[in-house]
Amino acid sequence: MKKLCMIALLLVASAAASAAPAASAPKATAGTEASQGAQAPSAPPQVAAPQVLPRYRFENFTTANGLPDNHVFSVLVDGDRIWAGTENGLAVYENHAWRTYSTQDGLAHRAVLSLALDKRTGDVWAGTMAGLSRISGGRIDTYTQLNSGLSNDVVYGVSVEGENVWVATAAGACRLNTRTGQWTLYNERNTPMVEIWVYAVSAAPDKVYYAVWGSGLLEYTQKTGRWDKYEDPDGENEIVLFKDQGLIHEIVTSVSYVENIVWAATYFGASRYDGRYWHNFLTKDSGLPSNFINSIKGVDGNRAWFCTDKGLAYYDGVNWAVYRPSLKDGKPEMTVRDAQGKVTPVAVTTAPAHNYVLGIDFQGSDIWVATAKGLSHGIRQPQ
Amino acid sequence: MRRRLQTRLGTGLAALAVALLAVAFWSDRPVHANAGDAVDYASPLEVLLSPDGARLYVLCQQSEEVRVLDAASFAVIKNIAVGRVPRGFSLSPDGGRLFVTNSWDDTLSVIDTSTLAVAATWPVGAEPSSVVEDRAGKRLFVANRISSDVAVLDAQTGVEEKRLLAGRGSSYLTLSPGGSRIYATHIYPNPPRVRTEQDNRTAPESEITVIDAARAVVVDRIPLHRIAGVFHVAISADGRLGVVSEYHPKNLIPLAHLEHGGAFAYTITVFGADVGKASVEVPLDELERYASQPFGVAIAPDKSRIYVTSGGSEMVTVVDVPRLLRFIHTHNGPFVQDLSASANYVAARIAVGRNPRGLTLTRDGRRLFVANRMEDTISVIDTRTNRVASTITLAGPKTLSVLRKGEQAFYTARYSFQGQIGCSSCHIDSTFDGITWDLEPDGFGRDIVANKMLEGVKDTEPYKWTGTNPDIPTECGPRTEKYFWRSETFDNLTLTDLAAYIRSLEPRPNRWRLANGEQTPAQERGQELFTRSVDKFGKPIDEHNRCSYCHSGPKGTNQKISDVGTRKPTDNTGLLKAVPLTEIALIAPYLHDGSARTLEEIWTVYNPEDKHGRTNDLTKDELNDLIEYLRTR
Repeated sequence: MKKLCMIALLLVASAAASAAPAASAPKATAGTEASQGAQAPSAPPQVAAPQVLPRYRFENFTTANGLPDNHVFSVLVDGDRIWAGTENGLAVYENHAWRTYSTQDGLAHRAVLSLALDKRTGDVWAGTMAGLSRISGGRIDTYTQLNSGLSNDVVYGVSVEGENVWVATAAGACRLNTRTGQWTLYNERNTPMVEIWVYAVSAAPDKVYYAVWGSGLLEYTQKTGRWDKYEDPDGENEIVLFKDQGLIHEIVTSVSYVENIVWAATYFGASRYDGRYWHNFLTKDSGLPSNFINSIKGVDGNRAWFCTDKGLAYYDGVNWAVYRPSLKDGKPEMTVRDAQGKVTPVAVTTAPAHNYVLGIDFQGSDIWVATAKGLSHGIRQPQ
Repeated sequence: MRRRLQTRLGTGLAALAVALLAVAFWSDRPVHANAGDAVDYASPLEVLLSPDGARLYVLCQQSEEVRVLDAASFAVIKNIAVGRVPRGFSLSPDGGRLFVTNSWDDTLSVIDTSTLAVAATWPVGAEPSSVVEDRAGKRLFVANRISSDVAVLDAQTGVEEKRLLAGRGSSYLTLSPGGSRIYATHIYPNPPRVRTEQDNRTAPESEITVIDAARAVVVDRIPLHRIAGVFHVAISADGRLGVVSEYHPKNLIPLAHLEHGGAFAYTITVFGADVGKASVEVPLDELERYASQPFGVAIAPDKSRIYVTSGGSEMVTVVDVPRLLRFIHTHNGPFVQDLSASANYVAARIAVGRNPRGLTLTRDGRRLFVANRMEDTISVIDTRTNRVASTITLAGPKTLSVLRKGEQAFYTARYSFQGQIGCSSCHIDSTFDGITWDLEPDGFGRDIVANKMLEGVKDTEPYKWTGTNPDIPTECGPRTEKYFWRSETFDNLTLTDLAAYIRSLEPRPNRWRLANGEQTPAQERGQELFTRSVDKFGKPIDEHNRCSYCHSGPKGTNQKISDVGTRKPTDNTGLLKAVPLTEIALIAPYLHDGSARTLEEIWTVYNPEDKHGRTNDLTKDELNDLIEYLRTR
């Protein structure tokens, strides 16, 4: 009965969503420079707009030119510095040279899964396979499940908001108040979390979102301390009964909260949520190159980047672009899909280092991309 | 205290102050006062000159005020009451405001120097210890000792913008003359970066934290290897030379003797463009004479001299900068073990008053003012002759109370062999030092012990980790004489004074307790775990294995000896006294030998058999709750 009610409600919501007004036309730039002006939450745009999707010249970094490892799990832009979380240390690119922090420097573990920047202090937080490290002015302090209140040593995600560091681990979520040193743990005992395998976190002054493997998307309201949970209305069925009825799947791998819009990635598609309406993305009805999405990062409320196992995708609110080495022959490839579903190849000479993409960050109009075989710098090309 | 002072001020401050204040040369020792006298000693900790050199500001820690003196006549202009236990102060670049950090009530007093009145009192972080304003008058930077950070405040409103990670026990700041950088030091060593099996025997590491003043971010950390305890930092007028004063403990070798700097080297580290390397540490000590407990540093305007106060040795060391630079450029270090090194660059050693701390130079560099904290005097040194030209006696009690005498004994190094150490060498500011020691009486390499906090130590006997010292006089008398001083120890009267002083050390305000006296939900849950008698499986916990059994009473100790399963192969016994929980949040590392770096490790690493309380049934969040409660003790 409960499920029937939910489906009925979702049908109403879906109908309302399709009647919602279109969003503003996409902006011209792809990186963070374009995310300056705040936009009101809105339903996903339904109309096409003339658009020239961004083109990049990719410069790829591997062990051949300074990276400590080709498996790059995460990337973080910090002004002119680029941090790359690899399987063999935390690399930082500055003044055209790479330097690597290792466990000998105090890094919690050589495999760095996640990165976050405290923009106020410049400190970098690194989630690793064996703890959470804080890199501050060259000094590394490490928090583990043994020496601190950290819930678990496998830190999949980290996000900084104000004086709090929000952490996603393999055994629940937690928050470190850097002022008081107090740890607060969130798990099945005090949140709607069923599974405690927490994959990612995105924190903002008003809300904090956790992507939980098998337990959907958790929302924490900072003002009230209330937890809410968004799940796949289809439950654990590996089918989508109705489009845009809720979160696309329970296995949420990544979340990005920007301009009051939640972008959520799963291994079975992606979702956009504006606080009332959901819009889901699948390969069959969008430009996504794959439903297996490792990471997602919103540029703003309408635009986002999707890191999939079959390439890097960009959605400008109407159109899609995919950047990757060709799945057929490995040659650089860029394709554009317009609102009508027409796919057009674009002639390019470079592509990200690999089509298995794990992370992305923005440097002005440029992008930096973490892949399974190197780190790529996408240098925006004039068009 | 403040009310009493204000009353005093209100009944004829000027006449009284003029009557009490005099310019005097060293006088005979004052007579002893009766025990229990309630007196307000000034205890001058820091001194500053106004930009025009007309005023001398004296930060008086015990009387909790700033005394403003005429810098020429030394007449009192005004005494300004500030907050509890002020520790640091600085002037705004234009001299219009004087900022005072009040370390025990976590406030910042903003004094308008035109009216010499407190214009504002702002709440700041935990145990603010030093403050500087940037050149633009936009931001204030405050070093917080307990939270080990530097808070960034709006200089006009006092609203905190953010906190920057500093060294453990963040305490002293200085702004570079050009205003682009702020340098921060800290008094306790940072935790070891890399986890090893010998964590409790790793060399202490400290740092000079370098902050970009315009961006208010940390841009560098200059490492100070094997240093535990860093105090004042000064930068030369041209910005090319920096210097910090510091302790270099020899805690990794058995403390078997004091000869040849066996326990400590007292050093400065110089850094900057003039040094040519990242930094160089050089000793202030010389053979058979030590510059015990260096604290204040100042660099002459012409960069010819560095002046360093030594609180334990009661002197100012004058370093010839050109000779020092020549020495470090022509010799290969390290120099810290070389007690002949200082002869190459020390120009003079000037005896001053008891426990000299802060110091300041006139703009022409000709006079140096030194605050003698334990004597309520200011030494005025003629830098051309390197002699004390005069001594300003601050108003205060004419007699010495028992506690005052005890505190003097605590901070001086005059009782130890060749004047190398005092109680405060290890118990910095009457606290602890955050490191472990190998004390010789147990045998070399045996019974490694972590140094512990003295505050609240009253009525927690027996003392020593093994509980073998029945009382404080035993701890501080025969034991100290035999194992530390290797020299004549305190006479009985002095020992009584010292014990009285140590017993008087009250715990500082606990920052984890809520102001309204209530507990957070986590603290409540933690207290329930602390006092529980049944484990998570419903099984009764043996009374002796409950937290609240050994750690009972107001100070969290039943004062009994027990084995909690923490004995190491190097320990002669596993029978240890239940440590008091007073200020437990502050005193890492933990356990008798400092092997637990954090409170968590006591149970996550060192309690595998549940001998140190039944804890292995707890979930991670429950253990966190327990720790949240313990922090309130």
